[in-house]
Amino acid sequence: MPQGNKVMRLRSLIAGGLAAATLCVAPIASAQEEHVKPARQDWSFYGPFGKYDQAQLQRGFQVFREVCSNCHSLKSIAFRDLIAPGGPAFSEAQIKALAATYKIKDGPNEAGEMYERPGVLSDYFPWNFPNAQAARAALNAVPPDLSVIAKARGYERGFPLFLIDPIIQYQEQGPDYIYALLTGYTHADDPFWDEFMPGHKIAMPMPLSDGAVDYTDGSPKTVKQYAKDVTAFLMWAAEPKLEERKRLGFRVLSFLAVFAVLLYFVKRKIWASVHSDAGAEH
Amino acid sequence: MSGHPTYVPKSAAAKWLESRLPILGLAHSSFVVFPNPRNLNYWWTFGGILAFMLVAQIATGVVLVMHYTPQSSLAFASVEHIMRDVNYGWLFRYAHANGASMFFLALYIHMFRGLYYGSYKAPREVLWILGCIIFVMAVATAFMGYVLPWGQMSFWGATVITSLFSAIPFVGDQITIWLWGGYAVDNATLNRFFSLHYLLPFMILGVVILHIWALHVPGSNNPAGIEPQSEKDTLPFHPYFTIKDGFAVVCFMIFYFWFVFYVPNYLGDADNYIEANPLQTPVHIVPEWYYLPFYAILRSIPSKLGGTALMFAAVLIPAFLPWLDTSKVKSAAYRPLYKIFFWLFVACVLGLGYCGSKPPEGIYVVASRLLAIYYFLHFLVILPLLGQYEKTRPLPASIFESVLGERGKHLAAGAKPLQPGE
Ligand code: HEC
Ligand code: HEM
Repeated sequence: MPQGNKVMRLRSLIAGGLAAATLCVAPIASAQEEHVKPARQDWSFYGPFGKYDQAQLQRGFQVFREVCSNCHSLKSIAFRDLIAPGGPAFSEAQIKALAATYKIKDGPNEAGEMYERPGVLSDYFPWNFPNAQAARAALNAVPPDLSVIAKARGYERGFPLFLIDPIIQYQEQGPDYIYALLTGYTHADDPFWDEFMPGHKIAMPMPLSDGAVDYTDGSPKTVKQYAKDVTAFLMWAAEPKLEERKRLGFRVLSFLAVFAVLLYFVKRKIWASVHSDAGAEH
Repeated sequence: MSGHPTYVPKSAAAKWLESRLPILGLAHSSFVVFPNPRNLNYWWTFGGILAFMLVAQIATGVVLVMHYTPQSSLAFASVEHIMRDVNYGWLFRYAHANGASMFFLALYIHMFRGLYYGSYKAPREVLWILGCIIFVMAVATAFMGYVLPWGQMSFWGATVITSLFSAIPFVGDQITIWLWGGYAVDNATLNRFFSLHYLLPFMILGVVILHIWALHVPGSNNPAGIEPQSEKDTLPFHPYFTIKDGFAVVCFMIFYFWFVFYVPNYLGDADNYIEANPLQTPVHIVPEWYYLPFYAILRSIPSKLGGTALMFAAVLIPAFLPWLDTSKVKSAAYRPLYKIFFWLFVACVLGLGYCGSKPPEGIYVVASRLLAIYYFLHFLVILPLLGQYEKTRPLPASIFESVLGERGKHLAAGAKPLQPGE
């Protein structure tokens, strides 16, 4: 079959498919128009060479500790994680001192009694509430654990964006959603109204306000900045191995790409005699 | 297919082993000198890719089991422990979770390749049916694996699918309770799914061996869909197909690892990062992408029993292809009408998949119904009739001639003598 013909047919096939697809999506898309989607933000950890911004994670942790941790738990994070490279990477002394300010329930001791002691590096981040029921009684809803929240939330991208996302490596639906949620309290008279919650009702009262957290590095003390920083921190909490993953990925894929090219030429060489023998290209 | 050199052990150790267990000779005749049609294209490399993916799933799975806890109150946290504290645990877990998707992607390409080139026709019926059995087992394996991380989708997906059995008349409820090991999906269910998730891949491996055995009796089909007649039509497996398959596997690995390293959660569902909660139903319960076409068929029928029956029928019906497709010609390359219907069928399955990912309302219900009807029409009406009425194109005299193409016709006419030696 002549090559041009094949290309033409492929093109009309794709065009036809796209047309059919838009036809079937169009009425639904317009029905959902009123639902606002979170806007895409610039994240330092986006893309193949993405890395966390250490200063941002440290600020984000400050916001988490001073604001969010009043209600939310962070079960999967131990104090020692805050020291590890590829994260906020505080100094050991800083975190040891911080951990010691928390009271951790331990025991039983030799007398058979439970007791409280200052926290150490291997302790997990404690929760302000003794249990979920207590949290619900105080807040009318259980605040979800925030350890993996950045991966446990997202929003639908829809056709055709979802086809492009794996190519452009867009994986930040979660952070974009959380940032939108934290900055989505746009009805000044109602602290439980949020643009991005289904039905716009949320049990979490607007948690951030300008100037609430005292940054020491000169970053703006605004809701937007707090939201951005704490969201980046939550992304790290959910994906602490992100930097290692992307770094290793680049090496593995580079190696495989070179290996594939070499294999391709070996394959060509081995098959060359067959092709000249048959007089046809494959 | 005789006449190729047989294995002659060279070293003393090989001679010793070969006279006691002729396994080297078996490997030699199966993967070294085995004659493959010379015209195989890259769609034929997906068999090798699937073998690689099965081994990858077993290897990563065995490591995950060393750190995973199959207990409903600990399972979710143990997966987080793997992701955070186990050396390269994140890599094993992402490789396994994305590996399942890659396994199905390769499986679907492999099966559609079979559909296009008529690989299910005589003498390869048993080979094809074994492949269908592998498919069904893979569906069950991945379903049970997806329950293990005990997230919201794990739990609710398991609840939706196992409840389907309650649609069976009279004994349905008993069967469902028996499957659950209780009155709901719970710890007992998780434990048995874990056990079976470990077992089934090794059963798949066993059927894969039968599949390759059945393949090596008639040999591979090929793009021309005619059987090899002479040595000129084939090439030895090694080095021609080892290098070609190897190249394809490495290309596939690039695709696979792109997902593992750069977008590891793209193919998953965000809700599965929320721990299972029997008291809170997610807004949309959506299965993994590879089940979506069947899920759409399930929901296209307003009756639970009807939908369930139709879904199982949709999974099983390809096994009957050898007898549903009545055409004598195998390859779509020589079947102008079938070629069109093949692509319509591909579009139908993709359309079903899209509908399966959407909430069952409005236009999606109408679309899934129409597409579900077309799915069965393709097998039950179009294929049987097409064989009777389609005017097929003339087949080439041999594989060798089909490779030569136009230019080769002149060669074959005597312009230049051929060198069949490989
Ligand atoms: C006064 C207590 C309180 C504080 C402080 C608080 N939250 Fe919440 N948060 C809640 C409650 C309660 C919910 C559950 C909301 C619901 O289900 O409607 C919640 C829900 C959330 C959710 C999930 C929303 C969804 O999509 O379901 C996120 C994300 C979140 N909070 C982040 C934060 C962050 C980040 C902070 C710190 C800046 C914070 N919260 C501070 C109480 C709080
Ligand atoms: C055909 C082969 C296999 C397929 C298709 C498959 C599929 C899956 C899937 C889809 C998951 C859920 C992943 C997630 O979302 O986290 C999973 C989890 C798991 N699988 Fe497999 N699997 C296979 C083989 C195996 C084998 C052979 C083992 C053990 C020897 C194994 C052990 C596990 C374990 C422990 C988990 C839970 C950890 C986790 O969720 O990441 N798997 N599997």
